[in-house]
Amino acid sequence: MTAPPPPLLELSGIGKNYGSVLALRDVGLVVEAGSISCVLGDNGAGKSTLIKVVAGLHAHDTGSYRISGEEVHLSSPRQALDRGIATVYQDLAVVPLMPVWRNFFLGSELQRGRGPTARLDVAAMRATTREALLRMGIDLRDVDQPIGTLSGGERQCTAIARAVHFGAKVLVLDEPTAALGVKQSGVVLKYVAAARDQGLGVVLITHNPHHAYLVGDRFLLLKRGRMAGSHTRAEITLEQLTAEMAGGSELAELSHELRRAGVVPADPGEGTEPTT
Amino acid sequence: MSGPDLLSAGDERLAPRSAVRRLMARPELGALVGAVAVFLFFAVVTSTFLTPGALGTVLYSASTIGIMAVPVALLMIGGEFDLSAGVLVTTAALASSMVSYQFTAVTWVGVGVSLVVTLGIGLFNGWVLTRTRLPSFIVTLGTFLMLTGANLGVTQLVDGTVATKSIADMQGYRSCAWLFAGSFTVGGLTVRATVWWWLGLVLVAGWLLLRTRFGNWVFAVGGDADAARAVGVPVGRTKIALYLGVALCAWILGQHLLFSFDTVQSGEGVGNELIYIVAAVIGGCLITGGYGSAAGSALGAAIFGMTSKGIVYAQWDPDWFKFFLGAMLLLATLLNSWVRRRAEHG
Ligand SMILES: Nc1ncnc2c1ncn2[C@@H]1O[C@H](COP(=O)(O)OP(=O)(O)OP(=O)(O)O)[C@@H](O)[C@H]1O
Ligand SMILES: [Mg+2]
Repeated sequence: MTAPPPPLLELSGIGKNYGSVLALRDVGLVVEAGSISCVLGDNGAGKSTLIKVVAGLHAHDTGSYRISGEEVHLSSPRQALDRGIATVYQDLAVVPLMPVWRNFFLGSELQRGRGPTARLDVAAMRATTREALLRMGIDLRDVDQPIGTLSGGERQCTAIARAVHFGAKVLVLDEPTAALGVKQSGVVLKYVAAARDQGLGVVLITHNPHHAYLVGDRFLLLKRGRMAGSHTRAEITLEQLTAEMAGGSELAELSHELRRAGVVPADPGEGTEPTT
Repeated sequence: MSGPDLLSAGDERLAPRSAVRRLMARPELGALVGAVAVFLFFAVVTSTFLTPGALGTVLYSASTIGIMAVPVALLMIGGEFDLSAGVLVTTAALASSMVSYQFTAVTWVGVGVSLVVTLGIGLFNGWVLTRTRLPSFIVTLGTFLMLTGANLGVTQLVDGTVATKSIADMQGYRSCAWLFAGSFTVGGLTVRATVWWWLGLVLVAGWLLLRTRFGNWVFAVGGDADAARAVGVPVGRTKIALYLGVALCAWILGQHLLFSFDTVQSGEGVGNELIYIVAAVIGGCLITGGYGSAAGSALGAAIFGMTSKGIVYAQWDPDWFKFFLGAMLLLATLLNSWVRRRAEHG
């Protein structure tokens, strides 16, 4: 190999305020093609804020954001989309009452004819939606049903398939497994891995270190808007990741307090040993 | 096309969707049932309802509501209201009449200036809404009050009374009257020009909604504006376009009012905005946006026309009209929500 190409995404020293709320301070993130970068952290740690910066929904206040080596300052989701960054938000960004195929093509509709006769190419969109979903291994009953009637997992997978279909280079997923059962989480993670195998760079946000460790290549830990750790897969075990995520010594202290108060029995459970 | 066929043939979870099922999922189903019921009711109860003369009157009455119910329905699907739609019709008529009377003696000039003024007000509504992100209820309530006052005030200033002066003797009056207020008779059935405008608008709006990218965006901004924005839909521009649609139709109906009577009463139109909204809702539009149809709004307007005239033909006290409409609205809303739940979870 010659000089390695710059990573797909490279954020460093990123800071973001919401008025007086410092949501992010000095955060860095690297996303390479064909790999999965996981962002972990507690509620309110700033995970969603970070990906909103990546997706162009909010501009960052400090730091630098480079896409394929080029410094950018995004001010709308369209700009991110045009650079191949597709985001599946926590609330999924689908319109529940609209049919699956209309949602699939929303904002990127296929048309026939020009000028005033321009019209939707409905047949092509229906067929393409079916095929694109099938290629990701999603076997939908009916692309005409309102997307709100799909299960949570099916909806996630549809959103992922949409991003892959529209030639995304980077796929950003905000807690895709948060509301899902064990089996459906597995299915979604499988599609995340499928997207990676197609050469996409993936940013996966999650609460769950087990899910992250199943597929992740890099792990970024956020705590109250700051970086609390950044590891490659080789550097860290699942146990260490879990412990670090849970707050290590903080959790040991918590379990001590709870035990004193008589809330939990003596056994503190797994993942509470303080680590390095 | 082997892919889709393979899929639909091979999926045991997909119960065959019967024709009835598909019909059930249509937003205008409730309105269709209601319209047929109202029609049959008055056909049986009155002896005159089925005569060509009465049908012409009913059609005309429906068309004057339907012309506005179409854009109001589209706007509602897009997630917004326009409380100024009723008085805007009067504004359009007044502007046309006054410009023609005061500045030229050519009615077409007034008609053109009125179009600009009316579209300007629609643009104002849409622009303020997207800029301030205030609820459309507040923004258009503001325009409603301002226009109500301005209609009366400006007419008083210019003409010294509550009505404009007649423009019947002006150049262009006859061609304008033909276009906006003409009529022709076939076999005793008199069809007014508004009926054609109405039909044309329903067809265009239906095509826009279901077969164009713009229509996709209308459903999306009404269904979930944030989701639409996140996938790159221009939410603000879509909503502004919908307000321009309301203005355009208000202009058409305003010209009709002017050219069928040659003067305009400046206090007219107040309260009609609610009638348009009710027609859209009876037609299957979801008050919270994201669901509905143009054809449904036409059925809603037809129910209005049949009821308001049917009550007269049945020689009842016209006061019962409002009662009947209120009941209709409640029924339609209940039916809509039931049909929609079936459509979503059936
Ligand atoms: N629009 C906003 N205005 C003000 N403060 C905000 C806004 N959005 C987020 N915050 C604050 O920024 C911090 C980070 O929020 P963020 O949504 O990024 O957390 P998160 O890590 O995604 O949490 P969760 O796991 O619950 O989704 C929180 O303290 C939150 O209250
Ligand atoms: Mg979040």
